[in-house]
Amino acid sequence: MDNQQSPPHPDTRRQLQMARSMCWHCQSEVTGEYFCDRCVKVQPVSKETDYFTCLGFPRRLMLDPKKLEAKFYELSRTFHPDFYQTKSADEQTISLSNAAVLNTAYRTLRDSIQRAEYLLALETGSVKDIRTSPPADLFEEILDLQDTLEEYRASERDSDQGHRLRATLQTEQEALERRKEGMEAQLRQLFADWDKLQDAGEATSLARVERDRILKEMRDLLSNRTYVNNIVNDLAATIA
Amino acid sequence: MIWQQQSPKQLFPNILIFDMARIVGIDLGTTNSLVAYMKDGQPCVVPDRNGRTMVPSVVALTDNGLIVGDSAKEHLTRNPERTVYSVKRFMGKGLADVQDELVYFPYHVTETGGVIRIRLGQKSYSPPQVSAMILKELKLRAEASLGESITKAVITVPAYFNDSQRQATKDAGLIAGLEVLRIINEPTAASLAYGLQQKTQGTIAVYDFGGGTFDISILKLKDGIFEVLATSGDTHLGGDDLDRVLVDLFIGDIRDRYGIDVGRYPDHMQTVRLEAERAKIRLSDELKTEITIELPEDKGRFTRELTRDQLESLVAGIIERTLAPCRIALKDAGLTPKDIDEVVLVGGSTRMPLVRQRVEALFGKQPHCHLNPDEVVALGAAVQADILSGGTTDMLLLDVTPLSLGIETMGGVMSSLIRRNTTIPASAKEMFTTYVDGQTGVDIHILQGERELVKDNRSLAQFRLKVPPLPAGVPRIEVTFLIDANGILNVTATDMRTAKSQSIEVKPSYGLSDTEVERMIEDSFKFATEDVTARKLIEARLDAEALIKTTDKSLVEAGHLITEEEADGIRTSLSQLSTAKNGTDSRVIRARMAELEQTAKQLNVMMLDHSLKQSLQGKKVSEVS
Repeated sequence: MDNQQSPPHPDTRRQLQMARSMCWHCQSEVTGEYFCDRCVKVQPVSKETDYFTCLGFPRRLMLDPKKLEAKFYELSRTFHPDFYQTKSADEQTISLSNAAVLNTAYRTLRDSIQRAEYLLALETGSVKDIRTSPPADLFEEILDLQDTLEEYRASERDSDQGHRLRATLQTEQEALERRKEGMEAQLRQLFADWDKLQDAGEATSLARVERDRILKEMRDLLSNRTYVNNIVNDLAATIA
Repeated sequence: MIWQQQSPKQLFPNILIFDMARIVGIDLGTTNSLVAYMKDGQPCVVPDRNGRTMVPSVVALTDNGLIVGDSAKEHLTRNPERTVYSVKRFMGKGLADVQDELVYFPYHVTETGGVIRIRLGQKSYSPPQVSAMILKELKLRAEASLGESITKAVITVPAYFNDSQRQATKDAGLIAGLEVLRIINEPTAASLAYGLQQKTQGTIAVYDFGGGTFDISILKLKDGIFEVLATSGDTHLGGDDLDRVLVDLFIGDIRDRYGIDVGRYPDHMQTVRLEAERAKIRLSDELKTEITIELPEDKGRFTRELTRDQLESLVAGIIERTLAPCRIALKDAGLTPKDIDEVVLVGGSTRMPLVRQRVEALFGKQPHCHLNPDEVVALGAAVQADILSGGTTDMLLLDVTPLSLGIETMGGVMSSLIRRNTTIPASAKEMFTTYVDGQTGVDIHILQGERELVKDNRSLAQFRLKVPPLPAGVPRIEVTFLIDANGILNVTATDMRTAKSQSIEVKPSYGLSDTEVERMIEDSFKFATEDVTARKLIEARLDAEALIKTTDKSLVEAGHLITEEEADGIRTSLSQLSTAKNGTDSRVIRARMAELEQTAKQLNVMMLDHSLKQSLQGKKVSEVS
C-alpha cells in the first residue's frame, strides 16, 4: 500500500490503524494487507481507516479514474459477499461491512468534488460549511434571480410574459453554469497545487503556510460551488 | 489477490465439492416462473416431462387440494374465484396500494396487518404463501430432474422492487423450504447470462419489460465485473397492463353490442382476459387477428377483428411510460443514449414490435435479443448461484439500490441516508440523542423513495431505539443502516457510551413479521399433504366431541354449584364449539375448545370437588387417611 508518503501532520487515525494488528480468528499478528497470513481469514477494515488508505491511494486530489476503478474492482473481488457464501458467519459479516466501506470509499473518491470535500474534512477535522446566503460577488445577481424566479412561478407559463421570463432564466442558468465551470477550473488548479505540495513533502513553515492557503481557498470555493450548483439545479427543474 | 485465485475448490478438491449442495436459480415471474442450474459451465433451464420450461405462476384450489402451473391455468376460466394469478403484483403491498386494479382480479383480496391476503376456499393466504407454492413446484421439478434434494436458491426480483417486496420474496422462499442465498435483480441476472454468452465489454442497457413490472438497468461490463451504474423502473407496469387495455375494449364492445356487463361474470372475465393476452401475442407476428369470446347467458359468441395498428395506438401510452425511467437511469448514470454500446431486451412484452421500435428510437441502436427473453433471467440466476457456490470466480456483479433510503425528520420531511443507485452493500451511520431529560426511547421511521415529504415515500418500518435515562442530549446511540447484497435493509444500534450494541425489533410496515413467517413455514408443511390437514380435522373433531360430552355431564351433575351466569356462558361456548366442529377448520375447533375450557374452569373445579366429596361420603375416616 502506498502510504509511505504520510501527510505532513501526524495522523492519529493511522496510528490507531497500526494498533489493530491481531487476527480476530487465530490471534496471531496480521502482517498481510487484508488477510491473516497464518489462517487466511479476511480481516475487518478498521473503522478509522480513511478512504484513501482503504483504496490504497495517497491523499492526492488528482487521481487517475482508471487506476481508481481498477483498484476498486480488485478490492471488490477481494471483499464482495458473493465470495464468502461458503465461509463462516463471522467472515461473512466482515466481508459485508468491508464491502460497504469499500463502496463508500470508491463513491467518495471517484467524484473529484466529493473527494476534495472529504480530504478537507480529513485535513481540517471539520465538515464542510453549508452556505445559506450567496457568495459576496454573486449577491446582487442571485437576489435578482430570486425575483425573476418568483415572477415566473406566478406567471402564466404560456403567456408572453412567461416566455420572456423563461428566456431570462435560461440565460441566467447558462451564465451560472459558466460561473460554476470557472470555479471548477480554479479548484483543479488548487488540486494540482495540493498534490505538488504533498509530493515535495517538505515540513517547512513555508510549506505549512501554503498548505493552509490551499485548504482555505478550497473550502471557500467548494461551498460557493455547491451553492451555485444548487441554484442551477433548482433553475433547471423550474423551467424544465 | 492470490488467495482468491486459488479457490477453496482448488485447494481442497475432495473435501468441499461433495457436500456443496447445489444452488438453483429461480425466476419467480408475474406470469411464468422458471428454474435453472449450471451444467458443465453453462446455465440451463429445467423442463418438465413434456419439455415445457415455463411454469405458469398460477395457483388453483380444487376439490383435490391446491395445484400449481399448467393444470392450475386451466382453472382460470373454470373456477376463477379460486384461481390466483399475477400474485407478484401483490408482494410486499398493502390493500390501498392495489385498490385501483382489484376490479380486474376475480379472486377475493383483503388485508390483515398491512399484508394483503387472498381468500381461497376456507383459508386466506398471503402473497408470499402463494408464491411459495409456485416455488415448491419449481423445487419439485428441479429435484425430479436432478435426482437430488434442492434446499438453496437464488431468486430474482425486479430491480425496482423496494425493501418490502424483496423481503416478501425472501419469505416466500423460506415458506417453500428454500434457503434464499441471494435475491438478485432480473435485468442484472439477464446481463450475467448475456455477458457469459457474448463475452461483452462496454456499456449495456437492459430493458426488461415483463408480465407485471418494468425495469431498466445500465451496466458497465469490464474484465468480468458487471457494475450497475443506474437502475430505474416501475413495479406496476407490464404485459398485464397491455392486456387490460384490450379487456376494456372488448368489454365495452360487448356491452354496446349485447348489453351484457361481462364484469359481473368472473369466469367470462377470465375468458376475455386470456383472449386479450393471446390476441396481443398473435399481433406480434401478424398484422391482424380475429377475436372470439363465448358470451354469458348463452348469448352466443362475440367476434371482432383487431389489427396491429389498432393495438399499437391503444397501448402506445403504456409503452411510452417505460421510456421515462430509461431517461432517468441514463441521467443518473451520467450518460447519453449514444454512450450505450448495446441494448438487451428481456421479458415477454419486448416481443411486441412497437416496444422494439420505441427502444431503438430512444437508444439509437437496434436492440439485441439473442437469448430467449423468457429464459434469460433464470439462466442468469443460475450463473449467480454458481458464483455463490464458488464455481465461477471470474464474474462479479456489483448491483445498486434502486431507491433512496432515509428516515423521517422534523416536520414530516425525509432525510436521505443512502441515495438511489448506490452500489450495494451500502451503509450509513446516524447518531441519535434525546431532547428531554430522562427520555428512554427514540422513535425511528425508515422510508424509501425519492420524494421530499414522508407521506409521498414508502414507509418501510418503524422501531423504537432504547436509550438509557439520562439528561437530554447526553445519550449517543449510533444506528447503522446497512443494505446488503440482496438490497435488503439491516439495522443495528450501538450505545456509544458503553459500546454495547442493542438488538432492534423492527416492525415492517408492509410485511409479515418473523413469527408469522415461522407460522407459515409450519403451515406450509401442513398443506404439503392434505392428509395431514384432514387428519388434524378428524382429531380435532374427536377431541371436541369428547369435550362436549364431559362438559354436558358436568353441567348435569354440578350445574347447581355454579352461578346461572356461568352456566349460560358455558352453554354458549358449547353451542359455538358444536358449530365449529361441523366446519372444516381444525384451528377454529381448537380455539373454540380452548374457549370452552376457559369458561368451564369454575365448573370443572366444582365438579372435581363434587366427585371427591361423593367418593368420600361412602368411606370411613380411617379409610381415607
